[in-house]
Amino acid sequence: MLRDEDRIYTNLYGYEDFRLEAARKRGDWDGTKDILARGRDTIIEQVKESGMRGRGGAGFSTGLKWSFMPKKVDGPVYLVINADEGEPGTCKDREILRHDPHKLIEGCLIAGFAIGATACYIYIRGEFYNEASNVQVAIDEAYAAGLIGKNACGSGYDYDIYLHKGAGAYICGEETALIESIEGKKGQPRNKPPFPANAGLYSRPTTVNNVESIAGVPTILRRGPAWFAGIGRPKNVGTKLFCISGHVNKPCNVEEEMGIPLKELIERHAGGVRGGWDNLLAIIPGGSSVPVMPKSICDTVLMDFDSLREVGSGLGTAAVIVMDKSTDIVRAIARLSKFYMHESCGQCTPCREGTGWLARVMDRMVRGQARLEEIDMLQDVTKQIEGRTICALGDAAAWPVQGLIRHFRPEMERRIADYRQSIAAE
Amino acid sequence: MPKLTIDGIELEVAPGTSVLQACEQLGIEVPRFCYHEKLSVPANCRMCLVEMEKAPKPIASCAMPCGEGMVIKTDTDTVHKARKGVMEFLLINHPLDCPICDQGGECDLQDQAVGYGFDRGRYGEEKRAVKDKNLGPLIKTIMTRCIHCTRCIRFSDEIAGVSVMGATGRGEHMEIGTYVEAAVSSELSGNLVDVCPVGALTSKPYAFTARPWELRKTESVDVLDAVGSNIRIDTRGGEVLRILPRLNEAVNEEWISDKTRYAHDGLKRQRLDRPYIRENGKLRAASWEEALALTAAKLKGAAPEKIAAIAGDLADAESLLALKDLLGGMGVASLESRQDGSAIDAASRAGYIFNSTIAGIEQADQILLIGTNPRWEGALVNARIRKRYLQGGLTVTVLGPRVDLTFPIEHLGNDATLLNAIADGSHPYAETLKAAKKPLLILGSGALARPDGAAVWAAARAVAEACGLVREDWNGFNVLHRAASRVGALDLGFLPAKGGRDLAGILDGARKGEVEVVYLLGADEIDAQNFGRAFVIYQGHHGDRGAHRADVILPGAAYTEKNATYVNTEGRAQHTRQATFPVGEAREDWKIIRALSGALGKPLPYDTLQQLRKRLADANPVFAQVDRVTPAAWGAFGTAGAVAAAPFTLPVENFYMTDAISRASATMAECTEAFVSPAVAERTGTHG
Repeated sequence: MLRDEDRIYTNLYGYEDFRLEAARKRGDWDGTKDILARGRDTIIEQVKESGMRGRGGAGFSTGLKWSFMPKKVDGPVYLVINADEGEPGTCKDREILRHDPHKLIEGCLIAGFAIGATACYIYIRGEFYNEASNVQVAIDEAYAAGLIGKNACGSGYDYDIYLHKGAGAYICGEETALIESIEGKKGQPRNKPPFPANAGLYSRPTTVNNVESIAGVPTILRRGPAWFAGIGRPKNVGTKLFCISGHVNKPCNVEEEMGIPLKELIERHAGGVRGGWDNLLAIIPGGSSVPVMPKSICDTVLMDFDSLREVGSGLGTAAVIVMDKSTDIVRAIARLSKFYMHESCGQCTPCREGTGWLARVMDRMVRGQARLEEIDMLQDVTKQIEGRTICALGDAAAWPVQGLIRHFRPEMERRIADYRQSIAAE
Repeated sequence: MPKLTIDGIELEVAPGTSVLQACEQLGIEVPRFCYHEKLSVPANCRMCLVEMEKAPKPIASCAMPCGEGMVIKTDTDTVHKARKGVMEFLLINHPLDCPICDQGGECDLQDQAVGYGFDRGRYGEEKRAVKDKNLGPLIKTIMTRCIHCTRCIRFSDEIAGVSVMGATGRGEHMEIGTYVEAAVSSELSGNLVDVCPVGALTSKPYAFTARPWELRKTESVDVLDAVGSNIRIDTRGGEVLRILPRLNEAVNEEWISDKTRYAHDGLKRQRLDRPYIRENGKLRAASWEEALALTAAKLKGAAPEKIAAIAGDLADAESLLALKDLLGGMGVASLESRQDGSAIDAASRAGYIFNSTIAGIEQADQILLIGTNPRWEGALVNARIRKRYLQGGLTVTVLGPRVDLTFPIEHLGNDATLLNAIADGSHPYAETLKAAKKPLLILGSGALARPDGAAVWAAARAVAEACGLVREDWNGFNVLHRAASRVGALDLGFLPAKGGRDLAGILDGARKGEVEVVYLLGADEIDAQNFGRAFVIYQGHHGDRGAHRADVILPGAAYTEKNATYVNTEGRAQHTRQATFPVGEAREDWKIIRALSGALGKPLPYDTLQQLRKRLADANPVFAQVDRVTPAAWGAFGTAGAVAAAPFTLPVENFYMTDAISRASATMAECTEAFVSPAVAERTGTHG
């Protein structure tokens, strides 16, 4: 259980104003100049020490990512903030953007300084209209107060922040597709290598970070890396925003300790599963792209990167989607397959062709209108997509189906048998 | 130089080499669809996946640069499974219409499906269907067959320089097209058909004509411009069915222009298939004996100074030399090969060839174009300039009419006198040229056909000399010819001898009756009314302008029907090879002249092509250096003088119709209708 004084996002629910004056009262922009005065290397070192892992889903060490940026370059270097929160079930960045934008702006300045960036682009999802307008207000305030822009915070460092609105494509949340989109091109992921740290936005060294990763940085640097590293379990430290949705009594966003047991998270903050814990069927613990877990796993699993990986799922964006026993689990996963078919960019073969195949077969599986051996074929097709694509969308489309087959195969088989029977009866 | 191991074999490769290229160096075949050597690498087909040690997933070998110590495996279960998986995905939405697909037999997907496909499909759902797009008269589309490799998009963006192709829609609904339906208006559009690995883009004129295994393939050279693109002529029976590019990095790389590719249907129309003699104002069919006897009689009956010969743009070196030997032997001095009235002469070889070579364009950092539109006068020269432009660090400056060349230009204006100003250093551009590392100028053939052509030629020489274009290791003085015969004719000195008349003189003489016999060797670009009452002998293969005015017609062979030598604008001698026989009673051109020499009683001293080629090499050693360019020594040429203030005009008004063959082509007529006529109409304000 996270103590109140350890919370980073003290205005998560918007009880207070989002503007600069209120943000300052909450402690934002306090001693930013001194933090910058520590120097690039120290900042990167401290973020590394804090053990912060990227909050966008992949869980890669933020400090380590920054350290990949070339130390000495002529010309522009960019920091890009990924605020294209599109993962179904996820709504954590949105709260930061609309209620606590100054945490993000301050984080942008510090992170940009640490990687030697000359400018920062915040790529915000097009649907986030009000959020974009709040962030723009915060940027304008920060400029007016001399916190960013020329001689940001009096540090002698010049830094611009631009807000760029996307058009609402899921794939533009992939870092290189996001870069393409900012450049004005069709949002399609790039091949790696080269990685953005070498050739990113406009072919310049670029770091792309998630909103939550960056917004937490100022607090970590103010309170010291040891504080952050002391929360949670080794290698899975700090606080994390969890978005709990679905069949719970009180769906909510909550900041909690990394590694909190899933059951405790739901019972303490979301009012428990509808109809009690025993009414639970399954949970998708990290946004639509991670495999579903049946109740037996949910009973004991801890909510962090490594624990969830051990049970064959993942923390992803920590969007906990709870499904009780009234759920048609096959239909739920079929809906996700349809989503990935719709959002595939169409660039590379396995994803373009495979997601449609999955969605169509899954659609039949809902009605049981299939042959038993098609379950194995479905599994095989997901394996043909997984790990063969340019970006991770192929994996994201494959995993939910794999999770379904792994844990709910009897249910699929039952439907097929029922359908056979109903045909025979006619 | 990174060292890596592929399938247990260690090798060292140049930095920047991709894993796929390294595999090719070892002779290991890696299947691919989207990868194309001349285009950027999108790595979207995922067919070339290989396993790399320490990588969690298979990697796309086309996009992965070789790194020190890499261990690559191309023949493992994972790799085979990955490739089979990709192949299955490609096939699920690909129609099973190979039997009616024009790509059948030369389809990458078909070929690789043999290696990586299953013998049955597992996909039981509905297949995707895509509406066909209208890409104009040259490219037929069946978009359901498209596998989204994006080669066509990359070709049009990168090589052709027209951003017309693109992908719209996402996922399964992604479609390749032009967004707003429009024909692909590029002089290189036919190459889209070549780069398409499947039957989505096929050749419209060739549709449903033949299967590749029925075709006889002959490697030859194109003559419809002076670039000398290397081509492959595909024939069945006596018919040329299609023309494809042949790889030659020095000349055309692996592209050809649309005229080169599609004008061949002109070889079947308007052909002169037998000798004709004009009687009572009308042409009547005649036998060879009759025609040759009449020709011989007319040549004998006229004094040598009253005889003239004009060679056309498609004349081969063999027939040029034979005609020169024949008429020269009779004392005829009025030989002319510059039927556009150009002032160019054979004073110095460096003055009339493309000295830097076409491949040499890639070294240039400053290019001055003088009175030329290389896009229409030598499409592949323009493509090479664009290639150089894309590498960065090139400025192209234009002196002459402003045209869209597919890359940005600096425009000096269209005042010919600027040439003198640059030469004497009074124009600031002279400094730019001097400062360049490898400056290069391209003088259009149209600029030399002006009345003051000799002065333009000399002024361009002065620019080259004053601004350091000509050095020990670099010669940046280039003439871009349009006629395939021109450089060969100049090399052979098919020019007025002492006391002979030039083109204007011949026409003037014909009008005044001072020239009584004119021998046209395929000369079709001259207004027939200019020959007055002279007796016109026309030797050639098409019933074009020359034949209409002729008094006797000796039917010759087109470039696909003879073994002949052409020298391209670089001065590179290349051989065409006979792919079909001349139509009807037509004969190879040098043989006609040889037969005529017999009828004249002065037989030429060669009976075989080998003997004639020997004589060619004796006449000028460049003809012995086949496929090579011999650097030419710098010398004086042109006539110094002030260039007239008249602006430069472009000689080619319609790229698709520049010679007797393309004028007879129905496909080229369609292209004219689709691409040139609208532009002309727009220019005159009657459009829409």
